Formats: sequence, C-alpha cells, structure tokens
Amino acid sequence: MIAIGRRWLAFALLLPLLLAGCGDGPWNNPYPASDAGRNIYYSSFSERPKHLDPARSYSSSEWDFISQIYEPPLQYHFLLRPYALTPRVAAGMPEVRYVDADGRPVTRDRAAFTDYIVTIPAGVRFQPHPAFARDDDGKPLFDRAHPERYAHVNVLTDFGATGSRELVAADFVYQIKRLAFSRNHSPIAGLMAGYISGFTALRKRLDAAWKQLDTDGEEDTPWLDLRDFDFAGAKVLDRYRYRIRIKGLYPQFRYWLAMNFFAPMPWEADRFYHLPGLTRKNISLDWYPVGTGPYMLTENNPNLRMVLERNPNFHGESYPERGMPEDARNGLLADAGKPMPFIERAVYSLEKESIPRWNKFLQGYFDASGISSSSFDQAVRFNASQEAELSEPMQRKQIALKTSVEAATYYMGFNMKDAVIGGDSTRARYLRQAISIAVDFEEYISIFLNGRGIAAQSMLPPGIYGHVDGAEGINPVVYELLDGKPRRKPLSAALALMEKAGYPGGRDAKTGEPLILYYDTTASGPDGKATLNWYRKQFDKLGIQLVIRATDYNRFQEKMRKGTAQIFSWGWNADYPDPENFFFLLYGPNGKVEHGGENAANYDNPEFNRLFDQMKNLRNGPERLAIIERMNRLVQRDAPWNWGFHPKAFSLYHAWYGNAKPNLMARNTLKYRRVDAKLREHAREAWNPPVIWPLWLGLVVFIVSLLPAVWVWRRRERSAAL
Amino acid sequence: MMAYIIRRVLYAIPILIGVNIITFVLFFVVNSPDDMARLHLGVKRVTPEAIQSWKREHGYDKPLLYNAGRSGVAFLTDTIFFQNSVKLFSGDFGLSDSGRDIGYDISQRMWPSLAIAVPTLLVGLAINITLSLMLALFRATYLDFWGVVTAVVMMSISSLFYIIGGQFLLGKLLHLVPISGYDTGWSALKFLVLPVIIGVIGGIGSGVRWYRTLFLEEIGKDYVRTARAKGLGELRVMFGHVLRNALIPILTGVVVVLPLLFMGSLLIESFFGIPGLGSYTIDAINRQDFAIVRSMVFLGSVLYILGLILTDISYTLVDPRVRLS
Repeated sequence: MIAIGRRWLAFALLLPLLLAGCGDGPWNNPYPASDAGRNIYYSSFSERPKHLDPARSYSSSEWDFISQIYEPPLQYHFLLRPYALTPRVAAGMPEVRYVDADGRPVTRDRAAFTDYIVTIPAGVRFQPHPAFARDDDGKPLFDRAHPERYAHVNVLTDFGATGSRELVAADFVYQIKRLAFSRNHSPIAGLMAGYISGFTALRKRLDAAWKQLDTDGEEDTPWLDLRDFDFAGAKVLDRYRYRIRIKGLYPQFRYWLAMNFFAPMPWEADRFYHLPGLTRKNISLDWYPVGTGPYMLTENNPNLRMVLERNPNFHGESYPERGMPEDARNGLLADAGKPMPFIERAVYSLEKESIPRWNKFLQGYFDASGISSSSFDQAVRFNASQEAELSEPMQRKQIALKTSVEAATYYMGFNMKDAVIGGDSTRARYLRQAISIAVDFEEYISIFLNGRGIAAQSMLPPGIYGHVDGAEGINPVVYELLDGKPRRKPLSAALALMEKAGYPGGRDAKTGEPLILYYDTTASGPDGKATLNWYRKQFDKLGIQLVIRATDYNRFQEKMRKGTAQIFSWGWNADYPDPENFFFLLYGPNGKVEHGGENAANYDNPEFNRLFDQMKNLRNGPERLAIIERMNRLVQRDAPWNWGFHPKAFSLYHAWYGNAKPNLMARNTLKYRRVDAKLREHAREAWNPPVIWPLWLGLVVFIVSLLPAVWVWRRRERSAAL
Repeated sequence: MMAYIIRRVLYAIPILIGVNIITFVLFFVVNSPDDMARLHLGVKRVTPEAIQSWKREHGYDKPLLYNAGRSGVAFLTDTIFFQNSVKLFSGDFGLSDSGRDIGYDISQRMWPSLAIAVPTLLVGLAINITLSLMLALFRATYLDFWGVVTAVVMMSISSLFYIIGGQFLLGKLLHLVPISGYDTGWSALKFLVLPVIIGVIGGIGSGVRWYRTLFLEEIGKDYVRTARAKGLGELRVMFGHVLRNALIPILTGVVVVLPLLFMGSLLIESFFGIPGLGSYTIDAINRQDFAIVRSMVFLGSVLYILGLILTDISYTLVDPRVRLS
C-alpha cells in the first residue's frame, strides 16, 4: 500500500515534466520534435501585424512577412552600399521616358510627364491559391454561383483545391488601381494622387461606381472589378509590359517601385476574397496574401505564430555575385550565383515581452536577435577604444554581433510658429542654437541608448546621399573641431548665445523674468521620468526652466496638428535612401499646421524651399551635392531642430546563421539567409540539458519540514484532556 | 426559482446598458474617432480625406451620443453609440475596426484562456484547501504561524515576480519547460505546465489565508465540539465535518469566478505568448479598436452577472435552508 502510494506520488510529481519532456531533444524545446534538424529559420515578432494587404501595409512589422511573399518590380541589392536598386520580378530596370502633355517624347527639362515602362519576364507564376482553382469547364471553382462549395470553410486551407496562373502586366496595373480605390485605405493614396497621372480622377470614378453597386441580397460587400476602369496613370502595353505615367519629374518614384504597394495583385484574388461570407470567417486579402515571391504564408495566426514556406511556383533567383570588398572576406559571397531561397520554412513566434524572447535566443530557439536595454550589459561591452564587442558568455556561444546605423533620425523639434522659441528673428535663432549646444546628445546616447546611436550633424544619416562624414560634415553651429575630430562646443558658447539672444543667465534681459519653456511629450513611467529629468538638467545648464507637459499620444498629436506644442521630440525612418525623403520634413509647403504634412516644426524658409524644389529632381552628382550642402548650412543655422541622433541597430546571430548582413532598406532578405540545422541541434542539446535534482531536493525539504509538525500533532492527539 | 432567475435577467438589462454607456464615454473621452482613424491608417502620410473615408466606412462619422441634426427616434438612433451598441444585445459582436469578425476571434481565443484558467483553478483549489486544512489542523503551532507569515509574504509579491522568476528557474536554469509559447491540441500541454504552476503558486497566499479563516471559523462551532465530545479523531473531524461545512462559502466563491475564466489573464498570456482573450482585450485597447473593447467589456459584464446568478443558485443547492424568492 505504501509502495503504491510512493509510486503515485512520484508519478504525480513527474507527470507535468514527463509531458513537457515527451519526445526527443531538450525538454524546453518550444518546437515539435519532428522539426529537429530541418532547414527551418526561427524568429519572433513582438507586435501582431495589422495588415497584410500590400495596398494598406506600411509598417516594418508587416513588411517582414509580406516582403517575402509579394514581389514589386524592383528591390535593393542585398550587399552593395550605398543602397542600390536592382530588378526583382521585373526583367530589368524600368525604362524612363519623358513626354509632353500630348504624350510625345521630349527632353527631360521639357517633360510634362515621366513614363516608367516596366517589363516582366514570361513564365513567372503565382503561388498555389484557391482563387485560381478552376472546375472542369475552366470556370472559377469558387464563385458566387456556388456558395455550397465553400460553405464548410473556416480557414484558407479548408478550400482544398488550388490553382495558379502566369503573372502578367495587368496584375501590376490592377494593384495600382487598388491604391486609388478609397475602400482599400492605402496610406500612400494621398501622396500618389500628387504624382501619378489621373489618380484622383480614377479614385472619384471608383468611389462613384462603388456607391452605385446594388448590394441587395448580398451578405458581404460586392466586388468592384477594377479591370473595367481605364486609367491614364497605369496602362498595360502588352502581356509583359506596362507603363506608369508620373506628372512632371519625380525621380524618387523608382524607390516606390521597390515597395510592396506596387507588387502585382491578380484580379482573381480580389474577386475571391469578396465572395459572400468570407469576411465573416476572417478570410480576406488583408489576412491571406497571394504573391509570386519565394515564400507563401501557410499558417497565419498572428496571435501565436506565422509560418512561411517555400513557394513551389517560385520563378527562381540567384544569390548576388557582387558585393563590397569586405563581403568576400566575411564569407558573404560564398553562395554567389546559387539558387535561392536557401531556407525551406520560416517560423515566427509571437513574443511580446523582451525577457522571454532574449532567453529563448540564448537557448538557441531563435536564430537571431536584437538587444533590448535590459539585456544589453549581458551581451555587449565596450573595449578601451569604445568599440562595442560581445561579452564573454556570448563569445563562448560563438554568437556574432553586427552593428549598423539606421536610416533614421530622432530629433528635438522647435515649433517655428511659437512666439518665444520659433520664428526667424535673430533672438529666437540664438536661443535655439544655444539649446542645441547645451542638450548633450552624446550623453543621451551613452545613458539612455547604451551607446547605440551617433549624434547627428544634420538630418541625413550615414548611407543617405549627401551625408558627409568627418570634419567636413560637422554642424558648425553646435560642434567644433578638436584634433580633427568633432567636439560639442563648450557650455560657455551656449551661454554667450543666450546673452546675445537677450536671456543672460536664463532671464529676460528686459523684464528680468526667468525664461520658461515647455516640452511636450508622451513619455511616462520610470524610464520616461529619468529621460525627462535629464532634459530638465540640460536646459537648466542655460538657466532655462523646462516645464514638462506630459500627455497621451492622441493629445500630443492634436497639439502638433494645431501647433500648440513648443518643444517636442520626434523621429523619421526613411522610406527610401534619398535626401529628399529627409529634407521634405522641413519643406514649408509640407508644414503640419497649415498643410497637414510631415514638417512638424513648421519650418518655412523660402530659400530652403527653393533649394529643395531644385534638389529633389536632380540626379545624384556634384550639382545636387552642392545644393544639399547649402540646405544643410541653412537649417543648421536656423536650427528648427536640435539634431538629435541616428540610432544604431545591434543584431546578434548564432553561429549556424549564414549570410547575415544588415540591410536597413530591404525587408525581403529571408531568401538570402541560410541556417546550419545540424549545428543548431547540437548547440540546443548542449545548452539545454534538463536539471531535475532541485525538484527532488525541494520534495525532501518539504517532507522534512513536515516531520516536526506531525510530531507535534501526534503528541497533541495522545495527550490527555485536562 | 424560475421567477427569481427571470427577474435577475431582467435586472441585468439596465446594468448592461449602463456598462455600455460608461465604456463608451470613457473610451471616447480618451480617443476621438479621428485618433482611431489615424492609428488604424498608420502614422505616416495620413491625409484628412483618408481619415474621413475611414470614419465613414466604419460608422464613426456620426455624432457620439445624440444627433442634434435629426428628429424623432433618429435623434438617438443615428449615433455611434446606438449603432454600435444595439447589436450587442442580440449577441452579435460585429466586425472589429480592422475588419475581423469579433465573435469568431472570441470563439478561437477563449480556448487557450480556458486551458490555463481551468487547471489553475482546480489545482489551485486542491492545493489551497489542503494547505489551509493543514494550517487549521496545526493551529497555534509554529507551522501555523510560519504558514500564515509565508502566505502573507506570498500574497504581497507581485504576480510579475512569479512569472519572471518561474521562467528563469524552470525554463532558463533547469531547462524543464519552454520559457514561453503555445501550441494546439496535446502539444499545448508542455506550454501549460509553467503558467499553471505560476498561476497556482501566485494564488496560494491569498487562497490559503482565506480558506484557513473559513476552517477556523467552523472549528469553533458547537457541532465540531460535539463531534469531538463523541470521541472522533481530529482528522475525521476536519475532513468529515469542518471541510464539508466550510465548502459552502468555498463553492459559492468558485462559482462566481467560473464564467470569468473565459476572459483570461492579461499578464500570464502576455508573458507566455498565449493567444487568449486577456491579451485580445489589451491589444484592442492599445490599437484603439473600440469595437473589440466594447464587445469584451460587454462580454465580461454578462459573464459576471451570470456568475452572480449561478452563485445564488448554488447557495440553494449546497444549503437547503436557502430559498430564492
């Protein structure tokens, strides 16, 4: 009896662990044992993607997925720097023609329109998808006439039958029309209306047609076939060629052709996802992409896991044969010319919290990782020359560290419409310059970013045309050269500027009143408090009292729209690697208050605006560079921003991860990656042996602690009543 | 009893309307329809036309609570509040602001929540009752004293500590279970071990103290003294009499939380990457998805009212002296 009891006790204690450990390999392996040794890439995502429709999706967390599935005409070269465009699904780079208002060829300087003619190769096919499935008569298998064929369906795979067809030029044109259709809520529709010919007119016609559609008797929204609408801005020239007509000149448009917005969309998919009842089952184009890329989405549960698998219909692509000189040394050209993709399957798990994500990376269950602030000291240390290197535990695991400055800028903005800090008066300008010197962003980067950033000298981060490194590129208002290196000017320089501005010691020279400035922010919590205190101290160096006006994100946005904020912090991630995509943030006609644009500082300098208009249409070259330098000098002098910093991305890769080279413009990089699954298996087993003895020890301690109590109880039971 | 239940259900209607109004007002005090549109459309390059179009398509272009431009019934019905609320009472949660069917999402996400909540409740109940009975048995001994001290300490510790500590100890140091994750079917078991253990341990402090109080209250009653006077052993007294009588408040306390098990645990689901309803609600708040927030608050209210009705019914079942009238 006692023996049976013990056995049950042991079984009960071990049952959960037995269940946890069932199967081969480490007990803490979160993946099925059957996946061991397979050519699978493991990664995580922290935020559920909202949109997977290429017409709507515009965030990096969404593009990480759909960029592997959809193929726009162009892409960024994986290895070359500065970033260069190369053909993706297109047969070559687009042919650019300049035409007059009647469509006749003219020279560039007389162009009324610019035509981009894109040619695609024959034989490219879409991934298998039920939208292409046909019945014996060649008609769509799933259509409105036969709802019984899909009545049982709950997820896309339930359809069973799939089909495919060849990619044609009309698919690209169809997608551009989708960008114009209001119901698709494309975030770039407003922008493209200003560039693509006939875009606004098409939008109006589509909206009007939508209103006229008879929806009686339909459970879901009916389908508007966009093929029926002629569109001057995008035309099919033949089966494999199409033309996009841009108003005037917009050389940056080629970068847009590398974005998912311009990926092909088969009309069959649009029709399919409008079948009655599918929306109610959450089967939509926003949830299940249809592309021609190297991968297709086979499991879409963004609350748990997203799985990409190799597209069996992929047209094929070779690993680049050219790279930077150091790429060959780093083994990044070892796969040159080999067919891609290398990885069969990619599993992305939802990890909202940084601690479990980091620990799973250390256990070998994620192949690559960023570094959060909480784990930074564990992973990285700075050597004597202040260069980041991996800590010893990371080195023992043969983890590799790669760093790169992001094509982004974070700044402290001054509202140029503000009566005290804004405007183009000398007084306000000196005040802004003094603050720019006093707010020490080198210190900020060191304290709050663990050194993951570089102080900005202008709006342009490294890697963007026009950025100048070294002594020539410094901001002469804030920095001076010391031994050939830029050094922030001393505080005395800032105090002198304060005096020139009429605020000696932080007091108004006329009234004697202390200067009080207001910083609007959404920062809150312990981290936010530390940052805000730091800001207060920076302003205090000049005798300025900084009042923090913390608010929620919505109210903050409202203040920015109305121009009632005084000082604020903001940032910008580049859409494409062109200076126009940064300088437009200070372009007057783009002011937030008056025009609802992205110029949050509401800076409006006619000279800068004129130079911007000139610069944006020029080809890269000495002339453009000279204008960029003049623009830089202008805004450095006017200081509508305190040029904060350009963040630095730190990425960690396990030894089994191959072809790791950060590419901050491209998101379609899964096809280049490679994993050594055997090495990963060995590492996982070596790093994760189950440790059971503490459980037995705990059990013994528990039993031993009970013994005196049992003894007390037995004594009480045996004692005689008084 | 049926009349009582019907009456309680009818009482629930004004309560649910009130809850709906409060949710609506609180949500729109913080977020305007324009803010919602901006968040859904993205932070870059959002034009005023796009915002208007989004609001029109999602029905947020109407006045909030009353429509001064309309007369008659339309004064109240042609509003965001009415258009969004009336369907809830027919059990139709509608589509989320991002276009997904909320009812379908709830039906999918309640299972992972239940997979954690039910074993946590049952195992926790068993352990808490066992430990509290033990403390009552050894009352006024060092074991009771230190047991209560430990319980107070345990209930003073943040649940976040248990979660991170559990992940560190069992997942990272001992390598016994996955640190986080989830799967479907039987494969989910290995992911449930750690959150259930943490959920149980996190509830021991308050549970043991509460149940110990119940048992000690029963121990002091006359029938226990009578049982002892009859010569029954202490174990027999505890399990045969004290436990059975103390089960009434325990049972009713359990019944009231049963429906709420569906709603999931925010922290545990977030830290363990479990796709349950707890994270569904907080994600919706972060995304300013009013349709989901409204639906989840409504569902929570309905379940809470249901729990209270079930509690009343359970009183009559476990205590024949109680009559519902």
